Amino acid sequence: MILRSRQRDRLMRGVLTASAVLAVGVLVLIVGYVLWQGLPVLSRAFLLEPPAKMGRAGGIFPTIVGTVLLTAGAVVVAAPLGVATAIYLAEYAHQGRLVSLIRFGTESLAGIPSIIFGVFGFLFFVIYLGMGWSVLSGALTLAGMILPTIIRTAEEAMLAVPRAYREVSYSLGGSRWQTITRVVLPNALPGILTGIMLGVGRSVGETAAVIFTAGASLRVPHSVLDPVRTMSVHFYLLAREGISMRNAYGTAAVLVLSVLAVNFVAYYLMHRHLARLRGAGR
Amino acid sequence: MKGRESLIRRLLMVVAFSSLSLLALIALFIFAGGIPIMVEEGPVEFLAGTRWAPTRGHFGILPMIVGSLWVTAGALVLGVPVALACAIYLSELASESVGRVVKPALELLAGIPSVVYGFLGLVLLVPLIRKFLGGPGFSVLAAACVLAVMILPTVTSVSYDALRAVPSAYREGSLALGATRWQTIRMSVLPAARSGILAGVILGLGRAVGETMAVIMVAGNATLVPLSPLDPVRTLTSNIALELGYAAGKHREALFATGVVLFLIIMALNLVAGAVAGRGKVR
Repeated sequence: MILRSRQRDRLMRGVLTASAVLAVGVLVLIVGYVLWQGLPVLSRAFLLEPPAKMGRAGGIFPTIVGTVLLTAGAVVVAAPLGVATAIYLAEYAHQGRLVSLIRFGTESLAGIPSIIFGVFGFLFFVIYLGMGWSVLSGALTLAGMILPTIIRTAEEAMLAVPRAYREVSYSLGGSRWQTITRVVLPNALPGILTGIMLGVGRSVGETAAVIFTAGASLRVPHSVLDPVRTMSVHFYLLAREGISMRNAYGTAAVLVLSVLAVNFVAYYLMHRHLARLRGAGR
Repeated sequence: MKGRESLIRRLLMVVAFSSLSLLALIALFIFAGGIPIMVEEGPVEFLAGTRWAPTRGHFGILPMIVGSLWVTAGALVLGVPVALACAIYLSELASESVGRVVKPALELLAGIPSVVYGFLGLVLLVPLIRKFLGGPGFSVLAAACVLAVMILPTVTSVSYDALRAVPSAYREGSLALGATRWQTIRMSVLPAARSGILAGVILGLGRAVGETMAVIMVAGNATLVPLSPLDPVRTLTSNIALELGYAAGKHREALFATGVVLFLIIMALNLVAGAVAGRGKVR
């Protein structure tokens, strides 16, 4: 009996370890395969030239511009709203009906699939507000999508600031708002930036919410009301319609590298932030 | 000074309602866009109709409801055991240094765009299925595999946090009584982390139901109820994304109505997730 449970223990440990190797292996394989196929395609010309023949030849420059514009627009709108919400939740209201309602809204919004955001953006921004397929419609749709991430991360960052910091500020006669702007926010800043970077990563990789709000035009936009195509949308169209596998792999490599870089910065900031606060809290 | 403080407080409160207001606005527009045709065609005909031929006036979305169900169930069956095992390994067996590398790596990989997963499914998985299992390759199985990989990081990460939150006294008590590692995991750690793990699974479920582009690329998108895992399939999300670009009139409204069904499914999942998380906290 004892022997059997020992054998079983060894077996299960093996199974668990193998599963972990499998999970990590598959994910590493995905990134590795994309880079292996895509990196040879990359060149200065690929990044800086416009596509020719619907993407069959040439580069991806306009789609890089499109991605940067939409992402920047989304952050400019969502960051102030998200941080303000987080300040309210972390510093003013901790409990009660109102807070649970706000939390319900944030949590639910975080679970809404991107295609629903796409349909909503299409109905509301593109048609109802008459913005058409444009940088503006796309950026506003993305802003809604990344808002919950920014709220949640910023709130956690503020709650991680030790209570003693606030008490010192109050004891020196600081008002609540002064305490927030001069003590809490500066100390929570790296954590807040983490949430924003995660939002940037999601915006860069998003397709479903963007394709029906920003359009798929391959021209470099001249105003916020012009349509654009992002890298993700470009990649999707190249791959799905079989326009050019070579350029699809190249675009995928740029996409994966930028998202990994953005997420890496996000996690680096968060870990440094938490380590510092933990040190200070003692 | 006092007046300014309370003004700021009120201003922040108004802004704090932005996410809830956005949720309401989304519901309002999608419902306004989709409900009329559901009423006109009859909700039963719309939800239980098996024929989707929008240009000829047939708006039955049952194949897509069944499709979403199959694909999601498949993704969970394939993905959750691996994710859970991975989380258990990281939390209970792995050394500190392995955990410190693997956990952040998984979280970084959670950010890979969904189109990339779909594309790799298209170029690597679909041909394999066609060659070794038969059928067109574009299938329930292909979509379920791609989604299983996509939800791996999420489910692993949330389950890991739940396992880590179990006090080490639980483990020590069990080990002191002579239980093996596996017995300890199975009989004292897993039960204690149950609600957190369940929350992770529901989160993964929501992602699988809502995923669009990756599924379109590998599922084949036929509007028939799939009879085997090797049959092509169309999900609710794909139905919207495939046709919204060119649909007009009633056809377009029927796509918004598909969105209504999807929205309701997701909100139901959100409520369940909230209830599960709440129960976990009380304990």
